[in-house]
Amino acid sequence: MTASRTITVTVNGRRYERTVEPRLLLADFLRHTLGLTGTHVGCEHGVCGACTVIVDGDSVRACLMFAVQLDGRTIETVEGLGGPGKLNALQEAFRAHHALQCGFCTPGMLMTATDLLRKRPLATDDEIRDGLSGNLCRCTGYEHIVKAIRAVVGPAPSGTAANAATDD
Amino acid sequence: MKPPPFDYVVADSVEAAVALLGQSAGEAKIIAGGQSLVPMLNFRLLRPALLVDINAIAALSFVEDAGHEIRIGALTRHRQLETSPVIATHLPVIAEAMGHVAHLAIRNRGTIGGSLSHADPAAELPMLALLLDARLEIASGGGRRDVAAGDFFRGALSVALDDGELLTEIRIPKLPAATGWGFAEVARRHGDFALAAIATTLTVADGTAVDARIAMTGVADRPLRATVAERLLLGQAVTADLLERVAAVARESVTPGSDVHASADYRRHLVGVLVRRAMDEAWRRAQRGAA
Ligand SMILES: Cc1cc2nc3c(=O)[nH]c(=O)nc-3n(C[C@H](O)[C@H](O)[C@H](O)COP(=O)(O)OP(=O)(O)OC[C@H]3O[C@@H](n4cnc5c(N)ncnc54)[C@H](O)[C@@H]3O)c2cc1C
Ligand code: FES
Ligand code: FES
Repeated sequence: MTASRTITVTVNGRRYERTVEPRLLLADFLRHTLGLTGTHVGCEHGVCGACTVIVDGDSVRACLMFAVQLDGRTIETVEGLGGPGKLNALQEAFRAHHALQCGFCTPGMLMTATDLLRKRPLATDDEIRDGLSGNLCRCTGYEHIVKAIRAVVGPAPSGTAANAATDD
Repeated sequence: MKPPPFDYVVADSVEAAVALLGQSAGEAKIIAGGQSLVPMLNFRLLRPALLVDINAIAALSFVEDAGHEIRIGALTRHRQLETSPVIATHLPVIAEAMGHVAHLAIRNRGTIGGSLSHADPAAELPMLALLLDARLEIASGGGRRDVAAGDFFRGALSVALDDGELLTEIRIPKLPAATGWGFAEVARRHGDFALAAIATTLTVADGTAVDARIAMTGVADRPLRATVAERLLLGQAVTADLLERVAAVARESVTPGSDVHASADYRRHLVGVLVRRAMDEAWRRAQRGAA
């Protein structure tokens, strides 16, 4: 009764047809079935954000969707942003601003930031912090990540960029 | 961990979904946004034989102004509620609260029907359904019925839904003119489940309260109304002194539990602080509306 299905998905512009068990998580499909190991897996219950990818234009947790649910859909992962030698502007800003140390959280941070940059004005640093609240980083202390994203958006209107402390 | 094996089927209509549920003798689970169900599967707290995916039922995803009430389809995503102009205009307390429900990627998937059916004791939407006297429409093989939010929540992760039933729609009466609202929450981190959260409405006529509502989450096994505290406000103009008494009565009305996140005493303390804040906001907004 747990019959496998054949699904067709587009990942970073490339079409894949694969046969999957219903219980296969999207994160494991990307990593094990397609070999796209850029998407990381931390907690497997939605809390850490390391597995965040973009499905049909919206960021989602790849540990909280099943591959069978993705038939016909379009997925963007960190591999689609750019690679060594040709980082995109956001990746380049992360490098320039020391927004990563061990790099475990980085794929999820980048995909969350990609979604935020497309949809929100990010006029204040508080808005950036709020948008990143679902992504945990054990290394950087977040400050450099906020700076990197700020660098991509452009300077905040005067008086708002400097409010480093939030009351949340 | 990885989820246990299950079979999977996509339902493309309400009728198909309830037929599948009806055939599976309690062995099936609906999957909506999956943001509460999949963690439970990953932890193997649930082992359903079948997942019935309702994400393809487009007819369950809508926010509609139906004159005297707002109708919300069960599959409406948190993100849609957060950004809906209809919600912002008629039920701004919901728009405000949605900013506190989880995080961006989870709001992109999670649904109102899933949140109400899951009934986490610290969730915001069950509290809002109770605050706003929502009616929940439920479909099954046997037909349709509706139930008041006050009769729906039975305990932690427990609601008045039978195995074969699907929540299809939430109907929320519009608030009367000159009604203010308030929302206040404390969580460990923005987007985490509330340690305690309070939502209020206050309707004012001739400078005094004619209707007052206070709903609370995170302080019991289900959302609660602070009915005794609500009644203190009726016929009164709201003063700092009255707010203090209302907050004290609400605080004494709850017996929250202790866990790793907060002690019972701290949660009770928060109820007092947050009721005062949220009712003060409602009073200010009501006066602006009445002016
Ligand atoms: C890290 C994290 C943080 C979160 N923080 C918060 C928070 O702060 N506040 C908050 O309120 N929530 C929070 N959530 C939960 C989130 O809001 C979920 O989206 C919600 O609880 C469930 O909605 P869903 O659509 O994802 O439901 P699902 O996970 O798909 O389903 C949940 C349950 O409801 C049943 N169900 C779903 N839809 C229906 C229906 N139409 N009829 C009958 N039964 C149905 C399912 O069978 C299942 O038992 C958080 C989740 C995560 C992972
Ligand atoms: S692995 Fe998906 S959120 Fe942690
Ligand atoms: S860089 Fe190590 S967890 Fe973020």
